[in-house]
Amino acid sequence: MKKKLILLAMTVIMAMTSLTGCVTTQQEAQSAGADASSEEENVLNVYTALEDEQVTDYLEEFKELHPDVTVNVTRESTGVITSRLLAEKDNPVADVVWGLSATSLLVLKQEGMLEPYAPEGVDRILPQFKDTDETPSWVGIDAWETAWIVNKEVLKSHGIDTVPTSYQDLLDPKYKGLIAMSNPASSGTGLLTVNGILTLYGEEEGWNYLDELDKNVAVYMHSGSQPAKETAAGEYGIGISFGYRCLQSAEEVGSDICEAVFPEEGSGWDMEANALIKKANEKDIAKEFLDWAISDNIMTKYATNYPIVAIGVGDDIPEGYSSNPLDQLIPDIDFNKAAADRESILAEWSERYDAKSAPEE
Amino acid sequence: MKKISQRLQRFTKEDLVRAAAVYAVIVFLLVFLVFPLATLFVKAFQDKDGVFIGLAHFAEYFTSKSMLVSIRNTFVISISSTVISVTLAFFYAYALSRKNVPAKSFFRYVGMIPIFAPTMLLGIALIYLFGNQGILTSLGLEIPLYGKVGIIIAESIYCFPAATTILMVAFSAADNRLYEAAETMGTSALRKIVTITIPNVKYGLINAIFVSFTYSFTDFGAPSVVGGNYNVLATDVYKQVVGQQNFNMGAVVGIILLFPTVLSFIVDWVTNKKQNAAISSKSVPYRIKPHRASDLAATVFCIIIALAMILFFAVALFASLIRLWPYDLTFTLDNYNLAEAGSGNGLAAFRNSVLISLISAFLGTAITFIGAYIIEKTQHRFRISRKIAYFLSITPLAIPGTVVGLSFILFFNASAFDIPFTQYAVLNPLHGIYGTIWIIVFANLIHFYSVPFSTATTALKRLDREFETVSESLSVPFYRTFARVTVPLCFPAICEMWVYFFVNSLVTVSAVVFLYTPTAPITSVMIVSMQGAGQTAPAAAMCMLLLFINLIVRLLYEALRHGLKKREKRLQV
Repeated sequence: MKKKLILLAMTVIMAMTSLTGCVTTQQEAQSAGADASSEEENVLNVYTALEDEQVTDYLEEFKELHPDVTVNVTRESTGVITSRLLAEKDNPVADVVWGLSATSLLVLKQEGMLEPYAPEGVDRILPQFKDTDETPSWVGIDAWETAWIVNKEVLKSHGIDTVPTSYQDLLDPKYKGLIAMSNPASSGTGLLTVNGILTLYGEEEGWNYLDELDKNVAVYMHSGSQPAKETAAGEYGIGISFGYRCLQSAEEVGSDICEAVFPEEGSGWDMEANALIKKANEKDIAKEFLDWAISDNIMTKYATNYPIVAIGVGDDIPEGYSSNPLDQLIPDIDFNKAAADRESILAEWSERYDAKSAPEE
Repeated sequence: MKKISQRLQRFTKEDLVRAAAVYAVIVFLLVFLVFPLATLFVKAFQDKDGVFIGLAHFAEYFTSKSMLVSIRNTFVISISSTVISVTLAFFYAYALSRKNVPAKSFFRYVGMIPIFAPTMLLGIALIYLFGNQGILTSLGLEIPLYGKVGIIIAESIYCFPAATTILMVAFSAADNRLYEAAETMGTSALRKIVTITIPNVKYGLINAIFVSFTYSFTDFGAPSVVGGNYNVLATDVYKQVVGQQNFNMGAVVGIILLFPTVLSFIVDWVTNKKQNAAISSKSVPYRIKPHRASDLAATVFCIIIALAMILFFAVALFASLIRLWPYDLTFTLDNYNLAEAGSGNGLAAFRNSVLISLISAFLGTAITFIGAYIIEKTQHRFRISRKIAYFLSITPLAIPGTVVGLSFILFFNASAFDIPFTQYAVLNPLHGIYGTIWIIVFANLIHFYSVPFSTATTALKRLDREFETVSESLSVPFYRTFARVTVPLCFPAICEMWVYFFVNSLVTVSAVVFLYTPTAPITSVMIVSMQGAGQTAPAAAMCMLLLFINLIVRLLYEALRHGLKKREKRLQV
């Protein structure tokens, strides 16, 4: 009995001491949290949703300009990066966000996570490619847009020799079970496609269109590039994805097999944009990075992948496009509305199409 | 009088060590399992701004048609996969432990292959085999891969090694005296199986069923690759959290995913009461007697399983070595270029992955074995604490990696927790591990805690309680018995546990995808982003690299085991 009492007493004392060391006021805790995140000035944490191979290519110049800076890149798909940033809200790891969809950045802005900053040369950026505030919270670098890739061999094996060129074409019952599309719940590309259709046809008509399209869709995929990649590999006949990926995949397997198509009615689109993360110790190098990330040199590099860059498209029509790609974009997309409606659109979408795979099989 | 006080002193010291061990295990599990989960649970009852909203999220969930479909789908998947994988694993383990099958270690490795590779590899191989352009599809063997069928195949393969491991440990514990007695009485072979073999492995079998059920109930990898539109709960979490950044709803699904934990605890509690040690200190190891027909049947069965496994991974190897499936079939080693992979982070990621796996393996084995020992071999004392520790130890099994990762990021990222209704806050002393490789290590420890714990428990259950009783009556403190008798006797199980921690830590994705840091990239997460970017062949190559490392580790382990067996035999002579 005595033994037990001693043990109990020891445990209680230990627990007390460890607790008192930990308790503080909420105010102090907040300032302590800020201290904890202080880091070295020459380390830069970049969160990005740009493609892997692009990151390596783009960063080369920055590393040459700042050889003493360690750049830590976290690359993930749009959805993953956004949820990581949100989860780390109280104590952000990222110093800057580079090439994340504007719709996501607007969500972050609404959460108060962005520090407004006007990078050098921001005046060159076209007005529709940056935040409307005087000191912008985010600045776009390029745009990507809805497109699809058609695997003509797969279609041929189903006895089809036409290539769908418009949203309306996709509704033809002969394409039933041949279409892959990205899931807007996880993919930025999926979301911009749905947003585009809702803008183009209006709310009611838009959902009707998606209902009809759903009848032909074989699968909704997690990422934006997956439909293009798997269609190119012959898993599906038509993969609704984005322009760059469709052109790339079509080139990889050869134009005799695959073809990239930009819808006649116009493409839904979103921007890849940069922003400074609000934290206690915003680093100078982070601002320098944002200056660099819209400089002329890097814009030229962006343009080799995504022809629609934020300083406008030159006079030459980029390879693979039949006309100025700016004209391809649906003009009146409201990104603020898209960010605000994001949750309700996704909920509506899930309710309509997520249960699709139900019993009949 | 002197004797009594001496006795008391000894007891106190031993009890202190025991108490320290029990509470250390509980504290470890509290901090790394309960607190993070509690943070997640709180989120399920809050709206986005942290305001308490009660069951509103749950009400929303259970009135949603698509969510109910997911629950039904998840049960279909996990029940089918469990039946298939446990049945196959049962016969496989039986053939390898109780029958004269040639090249046993070969079959043992081959049956283990699936756990050596990231689950993405299963998906990639399945697509190359059964996809619309798959090798077998073009040969006319068409199955509706994307959806239910694909997930069940993948999950069955994924659960097979774990079920086999558990069942082999169970099968290897048999008392030959029982069989000899049965023989003398002229008992038929079938009767021997029903009355001796199956009751003997009952505990292992139940364990295997639960491990398989919860694996397939909570796995994210396979449904995400071959699931098509067949939604399951684990992919729902992904969609809620990653797609819609709805941590609160994700937390709700996470809670529903904990259903098997509760169920398994109840069943385990019921069966545990009836469990007796199969092996006593007088036991005689099982001797395999040749029996032509059944040996042949066992061999054929093993060959079929092995061939299927080999085919599977040969296809993945093939995928990693060709340029562009199915149009450009030239061979290339480019996909294996680590320096090029993952934005130039390939080499660093690879180094980190191996380092993290090593730390997780050493720490994990020590903690789970000591934990299992204290829980299993302490009699009459700390009953409630041990029950709590046991429950906490088997809980991680049912917690999907995604939930582990999510709860970790929510818990460890907070530098302090406000105490409600006061102006005070509790500082989070563990906040420092956020953003280091240690948070990944701890996530691995928790995520993979239960299977090594079960392995240890199964191995310890087979040891006669007499060892403890005898040592106690000889006044030997338990920790000496532990070091000199228990650990050496359980050494094969301990090695098995170490290898389990290592291989799983190397290939896991779901938990660490939320936790990996820019300063510490790791290969398995890199593979996900590569596959997401459509670089299937390089992704397959990275999977194969991890597979090779794991195979090497496993081979070293087998060599060690072989050496130990030899030594044991020499000692016995």
